[in-house]
Amino acid sequence: MSTTTSRPGSLDAVNGSTRTHTSVLDASDTFHHRHLGPSEAEVAEMLEFVGCSSLEDLTAKTVPANIRNHRTLKLEGVPEQGLGESATLAKLAGYAAQNKVFKSYIGCGYYDTITPPVILRNIMENPGWYTQYTPYQAEIAQGRLEALLNFQTMVSDLVGLPLAGASLLDEGTAAAEAMSMCYALSDHARPEFFIANDCHPQTIAVVKTRADGLSIKLIIDDPAKFAPTDRMCGALVQYPTTDGRVECYEAFAAKAHAAGALVVAATDLLAMTLLKPPGEWGADVAVGCAQRFGVPMGFGGPHAAFIATKAEFVRKMPGRIIGVSRDMQGNPALRMAIQTREQHIRRDKATSNICTAQALLAIMAGMYACYHGPEGLRRIALRVHTYAQSLRAGLLKLTQGVSDSDFVFDTITVTPKGKTQAQVLDASRAKSMNLRAHADGKISISVDETTTREDIQHILACFGGTANEDIDGLAKASQRDLPAKFARQSGYLTHPVFNSYHSEHEMLRYIFKLMGRDLSLAHSMIPLGSCTMKLNATSEMIPVTWKSFGGLHPFAPREQTKGYELMFRDLEKWLCDVTGFAAMSLQPNAGAQGEYTGLMVIRAYHHARGDTKRTVCLIPESAHGTNPASAVVAGMEVVPVNNTPTGDVDIADLAAKAEQYKDTLAACMVTYPSTYGVFEEGVKQICEIIHANGGLVYMDGANMNAQVGLCSPGEIGADVCHLNLHKTFCIPHGGGGPGMGPIGVTKALAPFLPGHPVSFPETLKAQGAGEHAIGPVSAAPYGSPSILVISWMYIHMMGAAGLKKATQVAILNANYMAARMKGHYEVLFKGKQGMCAHEYIIDVRPFDKSAGIKTDDIAKRLMDYGYHAPTMSWPVPGTLMIEPTESESKAELDRFSDAMIAIREEIRAIETGTISKTDNPLKNAPHTVHVVTSNDWKHPYTREQAAFPLAYTKGHKFWPSVGRVDNPFGDRNLVCTCPPMSAYA
Amino acid sequence: MATPPADRVYSQSHEWHKIEDDMVTLGLTQFAVDQLTDVTYAEMKKPGFAFKAGDIVGEVESVKTTSDIYCFVDGAIVETNKAVADDPSLLNSDPYGKGWLIKVKMSGKGKLGECVDAATYAKQHG
Ligand SMILES: Cc1ncc(COP(=O)(O)O)c(C=O)c1O
Repeated sequence: MSTTTSRPGSLDAVNGSTRTHTSVLDASDTFHHRHLGPSEAEVAEMLEFVGCSSLEDLTAKTVPANIRNHRTLKLEGVPEQGLGESATLAKLAGYAAQNKVFKSYIGCGYYDTITPPVILRNIMENPGWYTQYTPYQAEIAQGRLEALLNFQTMVSDLVGLPLAGASLLDEGTAAAEAMSMCYALSDHARPEFFIANDCHPQTIAVVKTRADGLSIKLIIDDPAKFAPTDRMCGALVQYPTTDGRVECYEAFAAKAHAAGALVVAATDLLAMTLLKPPGEWGADVAVGCAQRFGVPMGFGGPHAAFIATKAEFVRKMPGRIIGVSRDMQGNPALRMAIQTREQHIRRDKATSNICTAQALLAIMAGMYACYHGPEGLRRIALRVHTYAQSLRAGLLKLTQGVSDSDFVFDTITVTPKGKTQAQVLDASRAKSMNLRAHADGKISISVDETTTREDIQHILACFGGTANEDIDGLAKASQRDLPAKFARQSGYLTHPVFNSYHSEHEMLRYIFKLMGRDLSLAHSMIPLGSCTMKLNATSEMIPVTWKSFGGLHPFAPREQTKGYELMFRDLEKWLCDVTGFAAMSLQPNAGAQGEYTGLMVIRAYHHARGDTKRTVCLIPESAHGTNPASAVVAGMEVVPVNNTPTGDVDIADLAAKAEQYKDTLAACMVTYPSTYGVFEEGVKQICEIIHANGGLVYMDGANMNAQVGLCSPGEIGADVCHLNLHKTFCIPHGGGGPGMGPIGVTKALAPFLPGHPVSFPETLKAQGAGEHAIGPVSAAPYGSPSILVISWMYIHMMGAAGLKKATQVAILNANYMAARMKGHYEVLFKGKQGMCAHEYIIDVRPFDKSAGIKTDDIAKRLMDYGYHAPTMSWPVPGTLMIEPTESESKAELDRFSDAMIAIREEIRAIETGTISKTDNPLKNAPHTVHVVTSNDWKHPYTREQAAFPLAYTKGHKFWPSVGRVDNPFGDRNLVCTCPPMSAYA
Repeated sequence: MATPPADRVYSQSHEWHKIEDDMVTLGLTQFAVDQLTDVTYAEMKKPGFAFKAGDIVGEVESVKTTSDIYCFVDGAIVETNKAVADDPSLLNSDPYGKGWLIKVKMSGKGKLGECVDAATYAKQHG
């Protein structure tokens, strides 16, 4: 990837322009007609089909007049019509040039790494891997599921615990999740948790924020002083410690267990190739981050955090787990295991709110392990370790203050002698290097996979060494065997998947083999309601992997990150403009994190006013499950509010409950447009009722893509709203993450936005934040900065006019498809004038009675037609929720509609008795190539009907790689690591 | 709906209680397991667990949902069904027999009065 060569200055001419006419001399690579699926002519045709005269007419019929904002978005610095693709890239390149990529020895959980190019180009930069949503439809997600199972197996092997999840958001939140898990395992009877004071500072801070919400008392102390009681649910240690020591925690763990407390180890996967893993010295849970397995630092993210534990804790482990099951034909097949633990089912009984995680980054880390294998990883680790030893020997030779006796892996902590800390740091910066400065004058230096002999010479030179120090000599002199109590004896990554793909060709083909089993946006529309599977444009993605964005450590000094700061400032301003809010925090790493953050901000606001009794959170029954789960994690009490039969919030019930709890009401969470896909008329009234009773309104912004440019949460009356940038603002879903869930707030709440103990998010200061900041909710000050460029690019290329049109076309596309399906499927909920918003729900419950057909059967049959199913049975059981987004062309909308109508005909054939109720194309779906080509075809319909039900499938066929997956079987026989190859025989 | 066994009483949350002197066996009704669909996991509180009527005594999980299990007498658990823990599908195949969940030593009738007999239950959930 390289930056474009055009001059960043050249766009000044068009900046700020509000021209709507065009000249032949204008740029020809304008973007919004690329982002939008239908052409102008198709828009006109579709408008006519749905009975509207114009997009404005459609809007007027869809969005209640009392919430419309008639201001146009300002989007400071962006031409109203947006800027062309190459010019926008050039402008961002200008920003990027203001970032300075120093060599990072800061460590503290983030290390430079070499992303194997075969993984960089073929996974990280490949829409066949990054555009999918969470693998809800297992039969067309087997590639990603296998890659995630590899990740789980890798984590489980390396940390020495049998069960690992498919990723969490970052190391800090993983540690916080582990604490919640210990607390839940104590049946909430042990309200104290210990954290060793030599954990990474951001981890301690994130756990602190979470403990505050849950009212858990934290004891932060020297692990040598650990004295557990029967009030303690668990204890967290960092292995190796943040300053680099490898300590033996066997006695610590025994002490904890004797008191009935669990032990959590925050650990480093690379170190685990050499060191005795936590599972072998008594840890019950291990957490950490897989970033240094080939994922760029990205100024803080995105990366895949991990969690692993003992098998018996499986039902309390947060996050998704991939498990092995079998398909209808008895072949091994993967899928997400024990889905019932998901917060959408457990709601206020949930112990975690995590939804979107870090699938893409977990896949990358797992592939890194496949590519290097156990030997390769061990070699990298040994090399890193040897450099650390050499560095220490060199520092000792220079009589610097460094321990000779501590055992270390990759990090040396030194007290400068004969030089001040500032002098050493100045010297390092003069050579474009960053070291980690401690408040007590010490300096830590973490080496990594990218370190070279010259680098060690440069570091030593900062302490007064000569430029040609003999590093090989130092390495030899400092070589010693690991003490037995630390040395890893057990094997790891013995499964063939980690021992077969070490040549680039093998790796490349493995990556493409798996990719071929996944249906992504590169194949067809993924009409998942509430998920907003719009275009992830290539030019939005390109800057993500620029070294000038990817190569920065999150705690790099501010003067090196000016480019990021410019980008953040733009984005904050634009998103405030879009949402009608006063301030924006870019810290939360997913929608659910935004919810939790927003509720913590609301809580802090009430507390600051002495209103500590406000703990009740009203949540409509129709809300997404993360809403109640987040409320619980923020320490609130959930009070459900009814829905009317037409799907709206029951305002009478809401008013009654707001009144009933008026002394304790903290907040109400409302999704807009509603999860039923309707612009409710009463939303303003809801806000007024809540405010009148002393509460604040949290708006779930998952459906913000139906509001942008037409109305805004701030003007409707909400106090906080999160934005799923991975929905509305084009960050791809990565097959289950990454995401970003920034929150916008009113002026009154701005002072409470989350801070950070290591590096306060600078751009917040100008927004009135700071003094009352709640603790961090993410490990890095700006969450996952490297993917924020995607949303920046999108907004800049679309402009105010483009964004508004995108919203309108999203609404048009949904209404067009709803109209196409008329007479075949019933749309359950509509607005006052008969229109749906950007998505709609069709009822398939009647088919259960008439033909024995359930949502599952339709979902699986759609695969034979080359489509991913809509959202199934949420928010209403027995229904499908369809969201096409603005990026789908009319041709694609028609194809999908045709498929749905053809399926309806197949159901009719069952209803009329033309075909068997039990042996039909729906019940047997999806049909694999093996089933269709088998000599043994006994079904009462043809192979052609099975596999090529409509003409278009002949030209463009996607084959599901397994038959229908048996979920109960897998949940009753949990296997969550790679099965032996014999299973595939 | 077929009438459930007459030798026990039924709660509105779909547990059956079979009372023999001060021993109570507790399980889920056919109606409940039909709603749950395939049960994949059952976790009961451990023997020795003492509780009041209306308390949660365990949890069952299906591919669709997770449900708490309530007991309507006061008492303490004396035995949990290991066969169900090993093979939760017993709940689906034989909810009134092999799929029982716990045996309880009753110390008080608690909320037994809220339970109904088989015929009434069948009528309510027909
Ligand atoms: C309505 C709604 N709210 C909240 C969320 C949670 O967002 P995330 O997955 O980014 O944590 C979702 C996402 O699926 C959603 O659809």
